[in-house]
Amino acid sequence: MTVQDIVNRCQALFDDLDFQAVQDWKAAAAGRKAIGYMPIYVPREIIHAAGMLPVGIFGGGDQLEVIHGDAYYQSYICRIPRSTIELGISGRLDCLDGMLFPSICDVIRNLSGMWQLLFEDKYVRYFDVPQNYRDDVGGSFYIHELQQLRDDLAEMAGREISDEDLRQSIAVYNDNRRVIADLYALRAKQPWQVPTSEVYLLLRAGMVLPVEEHSQLIRDYVAAADAEQRPRRDNCRVVVNGVFCEQPPLGLIKSIEMAGCYVVDDDFLLVTRWLLDDVPLEGDPLENLSAAFLHRSAATSAKFEPDKQDKGRFLIDQVRDNGAEGVIFAAPSFCDPALLDRPMLQDALSAVDIPFTAFKYAENTGQLQAIREQAGTFADSIKLWSA
Amino acid sequence: MSKAPSTEVIKEPSMLKQKAMIDENFKLLSTANEEGRKVSSTFVPGNLNELLMCFDLARNFPEINALQNGLRKQSGRFIMEAERNGQSEDVCTYVKSDLGMMMQGNVGPTGDPLPDPDVLVLSYTGCFTFMKWFELVREHYDCETVMLHVPYQADGKITDNMRDYVVKQIKEEVIPTLERVSGVKFDIDRLREYLRQSAKAEDDLVWILQSAKNKPSPIDAFFGGVYYIGPIFTAFRGTEAAAEYYRTLRGEIQERLTNGQGPVTPEGDFGEEKFRLVVEGTPNYTNFREFWKMFYDEGAVVVASSYTKVGGVYDFGFRHDPDHPLESLADYCLGCYTNLSLPARIKMLAGYVEDYQADGLLINSVKSCNSFSAGQLLMLREIEKRTGKPGAFIETDLVDPRYFSAANVKNRMESYFQMLQQKSAPRAA
Ligand code: SF4
Ligand code: SF4
Repeated sequence: MTVQDIVNRCQALFDDLDFQAVQDWKAAAAGRKAIGYMPIYVPREIIHAAGMLPVGIFGGGDQLEVIHGDAYYQSYICRIPRSTIELGISGRLDCLDGMLFPSICDVIRNLSGMWQLLFEDKYVRYFDVPQNYRDDVGGSFYIHELQQLRDDLAEMAGREISDEDLRQSIAVYNDNRRVIADLYALRAKQPWQVPTSEVYLLLRAGMVLPVEEHSQLIRDYVAAADAEQRPRRDNCRVVVNGVFCEQPPLGLIKSIEMAGCYVVDDDFLLVTRWLLDDVPLEGDPLENLSAAFLHRSAATSAKFEPDKQDKGRFLIDQVRDNGAEGVIFAAPSFCDPALLDRPMLQDALSAVDIPFTAFKYAENTGQLQAIREQAGTFADSIKLWSA
Repeated sequence: MSKAPSTEVIKEPSMLKQKAMIDENFKLLSTANEEGRKVSSTFVPGNLNELLMCFDLARNFPEINALQNGLRKQSGRFIMEAERNGQSEDVCTYVKSDLGMMMQGNVGPTGDPLPDPDVLVLSYTGCFTFMKWFELVREHYDCETVMLHVPYQADGKITDNMRDYVVKQIKEEVIPTLERVSGVKFDIDRLREYLRQSAKAEDDLVWILQSAKNKPSPIDAFFGGVYYIGPIFTAFRGTEAAAEYYRTLRGEIQERLTNGQGPVTPEGDFGEEKFRLVVEGTPNYTNFREFWKMFYDEGAVVVASSYTKVGGVYDFGFRHDPDHPLESLADYCLGCYTNLSLPARIKMLAGYVEDYQADGLLINSVKSCNSFSAGQLLMLREIEKRTGKPGAFIETDLVDPRYFSAANVKNRMESYFQMLQQKSAPRAA
């Protein structure tokens, strides 16, 4: 398969707002179930261990016509909940047997209650994660939450989810995390070979494909990308931050690249990269998932940073480890997590002389010219500084 | 045509008492640093006031400073200052009012300087913004921050796991931090005593709020309610002064009830009660009296509100319990209004419409607050459906004067009252 073949496949999955891939997967064997989840993080291992398909729901993008969703939200609330409601009400999410709403912000939190009311026959769970990182405090709370999810899904599946099931699922997700880490490493090394618009589509494909298939797809892509030489441009290297929930339109990602920026790290689709290391296969699987969350997971606005000295460190490390020259803060309009965090992250960057620029978007932003110009100016100024 | 709000505000003894309590707390705060008194800052929902008192900590509530600055028309300039310094126009204006005030010298709403905190007690209950608020504030201070993560009651119940988690955090994180900061050893009997006082005040508060079930209602449970919840939602829950305040207030309301009087308004007695409303959402503080006047000029009284439950829901039986001190603190935190699921909120408000014989539900949706606002349009529809009573929806903000359009709000309110009028008018034969 060529790069283009793979990208075309991912693009088709991305464009398909009817989740045909999920429907097909379910239709392939009797009794199959799919569970949707919203950003940022849920332990997909547990869904997988129940024999179900985890499906990432990231809003309706810029192609979905929102007819009903706007009637549920005031103008000063971000777009993703309204397009998600639109997907639900228009029947596009009928293929899902349940939805998980992670504790990321008050909008998604409240959406969990709306879902309970609007889709009474579906399994709906608000998935709380600890803000206390001690194993004996936050950890034991979290393990109970994980166990609850395990019990619920086992009931839906009509069978127990054994420790061994969980270990096998952890292993396939470890593999998925590793291939994605390789993909990111390759992009950081040779960003001209691996454009971010393609990386993004590849990761989005992982929101609807079975994980094993997704890992193979990425392997195929990496092999295909290695085999093709693409022109290297004189772009600057940036980290994109703030895109962890409502997604920018694909055109915006392309605009950043066309404006002269190679994205060498980001916080897109963090669920795929949330846990930073392999989760051990020995020992109690839920304890292992918990420890990984508490001690080795990505820093993001939805998590409390206990030590103020560490605020922004994760981002600074992303910049340094990937040889980036600046940061682009892209936040959805009205996004509390991204926008409240941003000034602190900017202060942390300023303290170590890392340049940044910032703008807002919505998933259906149509006018990209201003953003392209801003990214272009930023790229030029970086080149000027480093000249 | 309605008259402009008079400048002469009528005050009852309880109001004067409350004002004295608040002023005293601000004075206490303003001298705390010099006098070596340690200072805590914390949030209203899920606050651990009684526990903080066990460590002789002065208690500063940034939300209260913000709303007081709103009432005094100071918040607008603070918000702009914060925005000039990098805060987004899209985020909660309480935070920006607080940060702007800090940037402009941290002089509190009464004109007294506010102290540097010694500890930020991040009671993370019912609002995501709280977490970022104290992360932002701590950048400016060299003090400890202790997180108390209160899980969300998504399924409408408190599980043992949630309660254990909160209790464990109080034991293992909050108390040791407060001991370290204050140098005072924790004494659980002292806590029990404060909780006993809390429960007394809570009994009276519930009686007061439920007095609105009478016709006419002797109280306004939103505009007036904001005053009634003042002491118990903040630095005074657990004090004898608060218990006494609620005793006095209850006496005053009992008297109004006996005399068949309606609520007290800033312009005196209420007049004839024409409409009874339940209100969901927060007040607007920058135009508080103007907003209130739109109600009482039309004879509309608020008989129940969710805002009077943000710092604790007591009307379904919960009380702080001296026999189970930490567990009841945990249940208190878990039970605050904005920590409830949408279905639970809807059930509560629909119940209020029925129990308080209201004519309808009014939602004041504020731009600042996703915790309240996200989902309110669905709430409106659901509650209309369940009660058969019409609802109305208006949009303002808490403390940002740019988002209060008096003309728009008044228009909305007037047409709503007209509709209620038509509904209640006997049909022509
Ligand atoms: S875009 Fe931001 S505010 Fe909106 S749901 Fe996502 S995290 Fe919450
Ligand atoms: S978002 Fe709402 S609950 Fe949170 S601080 Fe702002 S006004 Fe208060």
